[in-house]
Amino acid sequence: MADKQIQDTPEQAAFREQARAWLADNRPGDPPVRLPQSALEIMTQEQLAYLQAWQKSACDAGLVGCDYPVEVGGGGKTDCQRVANEEMLRARTPYFPNIIGLGMAAPTVFYHGQDALKQRLLPRLFSGEDIWCQGFSEPGAGSDLASVQTFAERKGDKWVINGHKVWTSLAHFAEWMILLLRTDKSHKYDGLSYFVVPIRSALGKGVTVRPLIKMTGETGFNEVIFEDLEVDDAFRLDELGKGWQVAMTTLAHERGAGQLVTPRAGGMTNKSSHITTASALVRLAQATASDGATAADDPLLRDRMMQQFIREAGLAANQRRARVPALQDNPMRLSLQNKLLMSEIAQDTAGLAMDIQGAASSLYLGDPNAPAGGQWPMAYMNSFGFTIAAGTSEVQRNILGERVLGMAKSK
Amino acid sequence: MSQPDDFGFNEEAALLKSSAAKFFSEHFSADKLHALVAQDPSPDRAPTVQWDQALWQQMVDLGWTLLAVPEEQGGVGMPLVGVAGLAEELGKAAFPCPLLATLAASYVLTACGEQGHGALADIVNGETATLALSNATGSWSPADTNVVAEAGRLNGTACFVQDAGKVSRLLVCARSQQSLELYWVAANAAGVQLQQDAILDLTRDQAHIEFRDVEAQLVSGAAQDAMDAALPAIWTLLAADMVGAGEWQLQTTVDYVKQRQQFDHPLGFFQAVKHPLVNVMIAIDQAKSLVFNAACAVDCEPEKARQYAHMAKASASDMAVFASSRSVQCHGGIGFTWECYVHLFFKRQKHSEMLWGNAAWHRARLAEILIDAAA
Ligand SMILES: Cc1cc2nc3c(=O)[nH]c(=O)nc-3n(C[C@H](O)[C@H](O)[C@H](O)COP(=O)(O)OP(=O)(O)OC[C@H]3O[C@@H](n4cnc5c(N)ncnc54)[C@H](O)[C@@H]3O)c2cc1C
Repeated sequence: MADKQIQDTPEQAAFREQARAWLADNRPGDPPVRLPQSALEIMTQEQLAYLQAWQKSACDAGLVGCDYPVEVGGGGKTDCQRVANEEMLRARTPYFPNIIGLGMAAPTVFYHGQDALKQRLLPRLFSGEDIWCQGFSEPGAGSDLASVQTFAERKGDKWVINGHKVWTSLAHFAEWMILLLRTDKSHKYDGLSYFVVPIRSALGKGVTVRPLIKMTGETGFNEVIFEDLEVDDAFRLDELGKGWQVAMTTLAHERGAGQLVTPRAGGMTNKSSHITTASALVRLAQATASDGATAADDPLLRDRMMQQFIREAGLAANQRRARVPALQDNPMRLSLQNKLLMSEIAQDTAGLAMDIQGAASSLYLGDPNAPAGGQWPMAYMNSFGFTIAAGTSEVQRNILGERVLGMAKSK
Repeated sequence: MSQPDDFGFNEEAALLKSSAAKFFSEHFSADKLHALVAQDPSPDRAPTVQWDQALWQQMVDLGWTLLAVPEEQGGVGMPLVGVAGLAEELGKAAFPCPLLATLAASYVLTACGEQGHGALADIVNGETATLALSNATGSWSPADTNVVAEAGRLNGTACFVQDAGKVSRLLVCARSQQSLELYWVAANAAGVQLQQDAILDLTRDQAHIEFRDVEAQLVSGAAQDAMDAALPAIWTLLAADMVGAGEWQLQTTVDYVKQRQQFDHPLGFFQAVKHPLVNVMIAIDQAKSLVFNAACAVDCEPEKARQYAHMAKASASDMAVFASSRSVQCHGGIGFTWECYVHLFFKRQKHSEMLWGNAAWHRARLAEILIDAAA
């Protein structure tokens, strides 16, 4: 891949060197337990402890929140998170556990919270000491997010919350939740408000978290019930009735189209983690016997593997082109494709891996003979989490068709 | 070597692209294209060469035919990323002219070394050129040429020669007793017989050319090497043209589905229309990003140029088929008529798709690099 250093500013170049040196000495060793494929499937305290220790050390080294101001626990740098991310991926580190916090809560609190709240919440968010979760979806409100019914009623300078959230990733470990709810039942959009809520301290006192089991057999997301939970008005973000606008900041960052680059680590390869890439497919195909040759000799599989290489290279080149104004006419056009492409490419890569494996793709994690420890079927199933969560692929296509191409809004 | 993050798309490149966009939007609308090339709808019409030579002369005067000629040879020596921006605008206008053919010949001639300098000087002096190398089966491999060279004289037939009716010079691949060679010939030289093909694409012309004892100037005794060096640039520019044409198809179709109402809604309201058009946009963006990635590799990372150019042409070819299909389908009955301009781009894209190898061919070559060579 391209070496980004050519374009680095002096600040970025110095920072890159520092990051690279630190990572060379401090990249964590192999985890003591099997890690899930992403932070959204963290099930046990051991998994969490290993990943939290890593996030804390990366944060202390200045690799998390680089572009946020120093006053809120950031690095005070300009466009250096991208550099940190590149270096962490290059060093093949573990991923960060506080994925909702870093990707969604931090920019939302930063752009819409009071100064005191930012200074209180963001440092422990960056370090991973406080895990965050996102309370948006409800049984009756998924793609049509603005129809959420969880309600907060005013009681002096407090609010009393009642409602039911579902699919809440990481709620079982979370200290804090970003919460979209209703403060006015008569207006669909303008009746929404946005809070940050300490849920861990309220467990059993107005908050119940129940795990939900995923199709893979893993846990990781939950339902969260609010029963007369009292919350201080100081935990409200932005004005009353502005919840939808605040949620747009969250969603833009969630989909990779926000102002602030999300701190992102990953790439560690060992027996307990998994990389869904086209080059992994080639290695798999070369190791898979098929009709007296290997699967890498099958012309149809070769063609499909090349399609995945091309889509991956296209996405990487999109991300570069998104930073060259002269090569695009609409600034949202490429960034709004990011999440859609990433999730669909990963899905097709994992699906193709199972086709390459043939009969052996029937073997799952518990089978000693499963190729790659059964990680590919698990990756294939988990990929649907990503084409559903954070706005389904269908919703992403609506957004692209409406906001970028200007076609009429679908109902 | 490695690529700069911004593809090396500098101010000069941006200026060329925006002035090309302005040039075509001022001088060559789709109305003009239709009036120029679509006079005769009869399916068995005789082949003709339809183009606006006065407008072409303006492009020559702007120096666009010299972009691929190195500075030392009197040309501009523009990096490929810059030229690709121009090719994209050319494709968006579907302007019939021998620009891509002349640029392709320039890249091959540049790869010929000193022997190619005379021919490059001809291009600097205003001559235009196209490559004559395919045989009757349409092989894109120079080694399959049907033309034979003996003592500086050519015999045989080259097929599928692009824009042959618009150029003044031919760059011919021929086999001699010793090697595979390249020759520079005037298109009107004695013994050159050009027969226009009756093709689908109204925005190009194509011919098969018979050489009967034609005297020709040798420009390379290592045709395969020269072609190998030039092909990534040739594929990339064609893919850039396809990206531009795809963008025209997308914008034209989106405009139509916003305005046409059925069932009390504009067509674009319906997701069976909306989502495929979004997919067309995604396909265009992938191809476009891969075009600039490939062009940048030609400029800065030559060891990866072939790999990335295969990706660009494969991606552009699949996109072209898809964009064409949706452009006609989403226009409904009107899209099926001669009157509606979408067929002009449909046909140009179909032609471009097969030209220099379709998507499956490029993926098969890519697999040789990414699987077999890596094994
Ligand atoms: C792994 C995972 C983790 C998640 N984590 C969180 C979390 O931490 N916090 C949180 O709040 N939520 C979370 N979610 C929930 C997620 O945001 C929702 O599942 C998603 O928004 C879709 O809503 P839904 O499930 O109600 O499906 P529905 O909205 O009912 O959609 C069902 C199907 O209909 C399609 N559809 C719906 N509307 C349209 C339309 N207008 N046009 C075309 N097609 C349409 C959808 O694309 C989908 O295919 C998570 C989900 C998953 C799978």
